[in-house]
Amino acid sequence: MSRLEARFSQLKADGKKALIPFITAGDPTPGITVDLMLELVSAGADVIELGVPFSDPMADGPVIQRASERALEHHVSLRDVIGMVRHFREQDSDTPVVLMGYLNPIEIMGYETFAAEAADAGVDGALVVDIPPEEGGELLDAMSDNGLDQIYLIAPTSTPERIQRICDAAGGFVYYVSVKGVTGASNLDLQAVQRKLQEIRSATDLPVGVGFGIKDAQTAAAVSQLADAVVVGSALVSRVEALAGEPEKIGGALREVLSSMRQAMDAT
Amino acid sequence: MPGRWPPSLLESIVSITTEKIIGTLPDAQGHFGPYGGLFVSETLMEPLEELRVAYERYMQDEDFLRELDEDLANYVGRPSPIYLARRWSEELGGARIYLKREDLNHTGAHKVNNTIGQALLARRMGKTRIIAETGAGQHGVATATVAARLGLECVVYMGAVDIARQEANVYRMRLLGAEVRSVSSGSKTLKDALNEAMRDWVTNVDNTFYIIGTVAGPHPYPAMVRDFQAVIGREAREQMQRQTGRQPDALVACVGGGSNAIGLFYPFLDDREVSIYGVEAAGNGIDTGLHAAPLCAGKPGVLHGNRTYLMEDSDGQIIETHSISAGLDYPGVGPEHAWLKDSGRASYVAVTDDEALQAFHDLTRIEGIIPALESSHALAYAAKLAPEMSRDQAILVNLSGRGDKDMHTVAAREGIEL
Repeated sequence: MSRLEARFSQLKADGKKALIPFITAGDPTPGITVDLMLELVSAGADVIELGVPFSDPMADGPVIQRASERALEHHVSLRDVIGMVRHFREQDSDTPVVLMGYLNPIEIMGYETFAAEAADAGVDGALVVDIPPEEGGELLDAMSDNGLDQIYLIAPTSTPERIQRICDAAGGFVYYVSVKGVTGASNLDLQAVQRKLQEIRSATDLPVGVGFGIKDAQTAAAVSQLADAVVVGSALVSRVEALAGEPEKIGGALREVLSSMRQAMDAT
Repeated sequence: MPGRWPPSLLESIVSITTEKIIGTLPDAQGHFGPYGGLFVSETLMEPLEELRVAYERYMQDEDFLRELDEDLANYVGRPSPIYLARRWSEELGGARIYLKREDLNHTGAHKVNNTIGQALLARRMGKTRIIAETGAGQHGVATATVAARLGLECVVYMGAVDIARQEANVYRMRLLGAEVRSVSSGSKTLKDALNEAMRDWVTNVDNTFYIIGTVAGPHPYPAMVRDFQAVIGREAREQMQRQTGRQPDALVACVGGGSNAIGLFYPFLDDREVSIYGVEAAGNGIDTGLHAAPLCAGKPGVLHGNRTYLMEDSDGQIIETHSISAGLDYPGVGPEHAWLKDSGRASYVAVTDDEALQAFHDLTRIEGIIPALESSHALAYAAKLAPEMSRDQAILVNLSGRGDKDMHTVAAREGIEL
């Protein structure tokens, strides 16, 4: 059983929902990332989504784009990010780690090399924002050959046919983008999310996560009523940004945001 | 390249000999061999499908095509003439150089051929809001122009660096009623404007049509923009036959994203006796690394929705480009050009800022035509090519735009304050 599968089935047995924080690897400096990952786990993270910096993050809002820019000032590469996961695994062998990023750094590394090195380092899956299932066959093969799950996004614009196609290719969990827009957007409509989740659940037994637009404990709790997992990114990354000049305070700040979400989710 | 790509993609690079090209590319999924395709986030997949269906439908729709033709004739002023640059050719001493005068189009460049087409399509699709990205400002102006005429709301994204070097075009867009939004992320140029426009589109996809200005982006944009720009080459083929009794020996066009080039080249692709040259911006020189020549010095990768040649580092990060010409300052290139390069049907070369400036001055002084700095790159290569060819041969250069917008750039470069 994969780490993701084990984690989701344990949560289900405990009657809990997964909390999935996102941070960008190397933000604000490469040296701090593994410590922040461990901090997130101790604050209640069930899965960690680790952003791979990219120069042109088209699907991200300004907060996560600036995180990429800070990391790229230190030339943080995909190989470096895989190295961070390897380091994290020395201290945590249970918490699933999913990489999130764009295709080009993977293209230049080579699909097979990427999948083999990532799996060897203890990565559990990858969400490649700009590769739909139509283009994703070769990458999917390389990843499944190495036991990695490919996490796919489903959007408010996805038709029932597309939802089925995506769910058929997806592994680990599927990630519903709750708003039309980029990461960090607002105006999350819970009723619309609920309707779409019903459609998705009729297409797959995989756990369904919801992200894009979850800003606070209250929203996280509300979304956790509907979904199997709550993904929170910009709300954390904006704290990293605010404290980039005082990096020793970042861990505590992330803990504060995440544990309030954890408590609110577990209380509902 | 081998080892980097999945094998099935490598196999699909075709070596063309005498096969017909026109009408065969892209495939149904938007692939030009291994290039092109649809590399976008899930939110855009359905809107792109909607666009593809509409584009395929209306390109067969007589009423739509009649409307397009009327606008190209009466609003843009087509056909644009072919002009023999007699004195310049004589001075260079070799092949005769003909210019396809896209600079005489309404708004001063070839860009309007495409914006008219896409705006008419947007209206048929019931979209009320137009967005665009722009580098030099020519595509932004061409978009703002057609949006004004059709009464559509228009937002143009432009890099902060480009806004500073193309003030006049920014003012033109604002006069035309468009909102120009400055983009200060990344390198603050065309690629960042494109990122920002994509973000806008993802957010406002219900009522918004994104008019991409070049033959890049996700399918169907590379094919659609080519089809709207191919009027350049269709006219040129007829005009050359009529005016000179034969087709040219060589075609030359500048390549940033590559829309004016593909527009000229496409109708000639099956005329194997016609050599085809795409001219990229070598900036300070290819060996300095400060250039914008992905086909000459880049590698294949994925950016802005398609696989193509890119300017990138060894980690796959997109690197900043350098060119005196804002319209060529782009790290990618249309996927059909990538295919034409690999297949050998077209050759891609690069000229430096200095060479382009020399051609800018020469054409201005000798022919009384002030070319855009983008087009000056094509002229500079034609000036290299002509003396190597005989006097009974002919080169057709796409003079894709006029140089009025570049007065400040050229003057500043030469230490003159306007």
